[in-house]
Amino acid sequence: MLSVCGVSSIEELFDSLPPEVRLSRPLKLDPGKSEYEIVDYFRERAAENANGYASFLGAGVYSHYRPVLVDTVVSRGEFLTSYTPYQAEISQGTLTAIFEFQTMVCQLTGMEVANASMYDGSTAVPEAAMMAARITGKDRILAARSVHPEYREVLHTYAKHQGLPVVEFAYDAESGEVDSSALEAGLDENTAAVIVQTPNFFGVLENVDRLAGIAHRRGALLVVVFTEAVSLGLLKPPGAADIVAGELQSFAISPGYGGPYAGVIATKEQYMRQLPGRLVGETLDSHGNRAYCLTLSTREQHIRREKATSNICTNQALIALMATVFMTVYGKRGLRELAEQNLAKAHYLASGLNTRFSGRFFNEFVVKTNGRSPEEINQRLLDHRILGGLPLGRFYPELNDTLLLCATEMSRRESMDRVKEVLI
Amino acid sequence: MRPKTRQHLSQNEPLLFERSSPGKKAYQLPQLDVPAVDAVKALGEEHVRDEIEGFPEVSEVEAIRHFTRLSTWNYAIDHGMYPLGSCTMKYNPRINEIVARLDGLAWAHPYQPEALSQGAMSIIAALEAALTEITGMDAVTLQPAAGAHGELTGILMIRALLESRGNPRRKLLIPDSAHGTNPATASMAGYQVENLKSNGRGMVDVDALAAAVNEDVAALMITNPNTLGVFEQNITRISEILHAKGALVYMDGANMNALVGITRPGDFGMDVMHLNLHKTFSTPHGGGGPGSGPVAVKKELEPFFPGPRLKRSVDAWIWNYDLPQSIGRVRAFYGNFGVLARALAYIMAHGSDGLRRATMDAVLNAIYIRKNLDRYYDLPLDAPSMHEVVFSDEKQARRGVRTGDLAKRLIDYGFHPYTVSFPLIVKGALMIEPTETEGKIELDAFIDAMISIAHEVEEDPEMVLKAPYSTRTSRVDEVSAARKPVLRWRPQPPAGKAAD
Amino acid sequence: MYPENLRYTKEHEWVLIEGDTATVGITDHAQKELGDIVYVDLPKAGASVQAGKTLGSVESVKAVSDIYSPLTGEVAEINELLSSAPEKLNEDPHGTAWLVKLKMSAPEEAGQLMHAADYQAYIGE
Repeated sequence: MLSVCGVSSIEELFDSLPPEVRLSRPLKLDPGKSEYEIVDYFRERAAENANGYASFLGAGVYSHYRPVLVDTVVSRGEFLTSYTPYQAEISQGTLTAIFEFQTMVCQLTGMEVANASMYDGSTAVPEAAMMAARITGKDRILAARSVHPEYREVLHTYAKHQGLPVVEFAYDAESGEVDSSALEAGLDENTAAVIVQTPNFFGVLENVDRLAGIAHRRGALLVVVFTEAVSLGLLKPPGAADIVAGELQSFAISPGYGGPYAGVIATKEQYMRQLPGRLVGETLDSHGNRAYCLTLSTREQHIRREKATSNICTNQALIALMATVFMTVYGKRGLRELAEQNLAKAHYLASGLNTRFSGRFFNEFVVKTNGRSPEEINQRLLDHRILGGLPLGRFYPELNDTLLLCATEMSRRESMDRVKEVLI
Repeated sequence: MRPKTRQHLSQNEPLLFERSSPGKKAYQLPQLDVPAVDAVKALGEEHVRDEIEGFPEVSEVEAIRHFTRLSTWNYAIDHGMYPLGSCTMKYNPRINEIVARLDGLAWAHPYQPEALSQGAMSIIAALEAALTEITGMDAVTLQPAAGAHGELTGILMIRALLESRGNPRRKLLIPDSAHGTNPATASMAGYQVENLKSNGRGMVDVDALAAAVNEDVAALMITNPNTLGVFEQNITRISEILHAKGALVYMDGANMNALVGITRPGDFGMDVMHLNLHKTFSTPHGGGGPGSGPVAVKKELEPFFPGPRLKRSVDAWIWNYDLPQSIGRVRAFYGNFGVLARALAYIMAHGSDGLRRATMDAVLNAIYIRKNLDRYYDLPLDAPSMHEVVFSDEKQARRGVRTGDLAKRLIDYGFHPYTVSFPLIVKGALMIEPTETEGKIELDAFIDAMISIAHEVEEDPEMVLKAPYSTRTSRVDEVSAARKPVLRWRPQPPAGKAAD
Repeated sequence: MYPENLRYTKEHEWVLIEGDTATVGITDHAQKELGDIVYVDLPKAGASVQAGKTLGSVESVKAVSDIYSPLTGEVAEINELLSSAPEKLNEDPHGTAWLVKLKMSAPEEAGQLMHAADYQAYIGE
């Protein structure tokens, strides 16, 4: 090979680099390690994290059982080691699975079109806000304070340089739902979108139909965010929304210390051309067989460059595939049963506790710590190898005497009884 | 030589929704150990949904067959060479999949106590340190979820730094050879784009650059090696020109696979750059994601990093949220941790020597392809290649065959096509990036295929235009897909012949 | 090929002037360059447009091209046919696939436009 290339050593291939930029020493990294040593290193690190704890943490990341089939499918090299399906003829596997994903997201959310996934829920929210601004030609965003606090932080970062002021509005201190009079007062003729989450960050359900009515009366779109996708097995889909932006982590995606997850944006057909991200469409091949391909690409950065709907390039195909397999395994009946188990566990956990809000909840709720600090409660739970709830004071100073608790189908009765003992 | 491919059976498979039958299930939930709750009572009738119309109902066997059959319709690195230029499709070591799935890592909740997250935090710290050394920069954030997300993060940091100096400025300079994400990022960050024309060798025209840089320019976004696979010979001079006017240089690190261990962006004047862990550091592309786009910066930009930042206290890692000059959060939590663990495993397996060796092999492979094919395909620019080589379809276009057609024919030879029609500055581009993964046998097979296709174009161009012939799906009608978009399944018979 | 009664722009639009109304379309040359057109984005009726500024865009599978308004005025009517049948732009660009009708506010601008022979020479056909 060297002689074909006209050199006598590989080093010579780099002769074209200006000498002053060449690194004259080896990188200061350890020598290469064997497979065994690497596994050992990661096992040691894994052992330094919580292991074998019962967990009541939710707050946007949920511990649901991951059916074995999920890793079986996504470990297949054909899915794992392929790239964006630009060449439709040899990518029908990925394309078909994404088409199924888009369909199932629509079925779940009551929307008409869904994209092939976003990085995660937190980045889907500002993308949805920017989309609403393009559709309405307006430039102001109203976001409920009961939307995930970190999602709102991301929204502020993105919106800041787009001439898109973001104004937050209050939750009702009694019910935990959106304060609709605060919403009404905050709306004006320049508002492009109202962003709410259901179940919201406190676990409380919002009345999407009513909120849509309020937003639409002033010409704003309603963006509905979800972080707990399992709730959609039981809850009425947010069909009155104009855009749904969500996080699918609950669908067999490991909590994994925060990522990778898969977000999604779904909307009405009339707004299809304003969607960011990849879209897969159905068509025919030259023999008349059904086939799938990436479509409406002119929205995207590689064609429209600075005028694109977003700079997003990759989607989360493999993670979206995990969610697709999860939805397939549970299916129509299973997702509902799973949701019902979550509901039952959370309501068992909540019974007898001093819950902070009166609104309806699915598998997450806020509890008052009765004069003790939330940190102290969590410390006591840790002694029982239990990860307690999230102390909300970190994000809401006015709630510094509360914990956000979550129960899923994986929560055992004995651990829940222990939490109640400590809390009461 | 023995041909790389031969036909074999390809199973048909309907969509999940068409395969469903009422009552079938692939799950088993545990017995409920608490009292059941009536959903309507607990949630209110207005909140409870009807059944999910159209949702699948299949058995476990049907589910696994469904996805297995679908998988066989894909081409993947595990099948063979995947020379998609600019995408660095290298082998994905499976040990990386094992380590990322260890229970203590995979089940770590981002809000679990820091004291019980020290393992995950050490992994993040170790990767930050390794990438700092590899890039020659001063600090790294691992937050961004992908390359384009890293670009946005980096440009927002540049804006924040300039703002702190009194003026964020208005424009970004972007060469015409750049990835589309660069200009798209610029507008998301509130900057206007000024395109820079490349010179006759596909590099930044230094005089044109010097003329374009003024007090209105915030930064130059440059890809190095550029999208032609060419190292910018004047990179040091370029950064001096920008710095002299108080502007910065952002480097798109998509092509870092040509540089690791050989040269470091921090040493040639780059101020901010992103890496694509799914390219250079072998984390699986997964059909289009997940990725990870760490951003590396020089010291003066460090205060503007998105939060939170990892910090060492006396004896433990902690997350620091007290970052008064930060651009803010760019995503929830701490980054695509699972991808980070895989990238660290890759770096550990290679070590210092191995990483350098990989770079050298990647460059050797690209130049080997160039030398073997330059008689058959037009080489629009004579500048020396690094990790990828860009041809044009000029010779074949005379026979009516374009780069996209050549790509389709390559499929019949058992290879994934190269990147088609990019970079835009080369008319009819064929952008080939073999990576270090390929050995001589696979490279020679690829070269033979490309030569054979060049002959076919001379002898029977019509045949090439209708390729591929060997795939279960023939050329796809993308025009109809875009004219009448069908983006989801609905319960009605599809137009045309069903694939099953 | 290029009708004598139309006027043409360097950006490959054509104009038919009747009274104070100008019908605007893209030329056969433009549709050929674009290839299969899949989508046409037009302004709303009532919008005001300026000569030389973007009027809308046409898309093929892998490209977007802006359409520039040849004249200043107000959009009186848009061709609804194109939203359901963008392929008409490939089939009949000088006829049924017109894009918009403008109410001209500066008819003198029409003097700047090319005649068919000049346009044909300009595109080298």
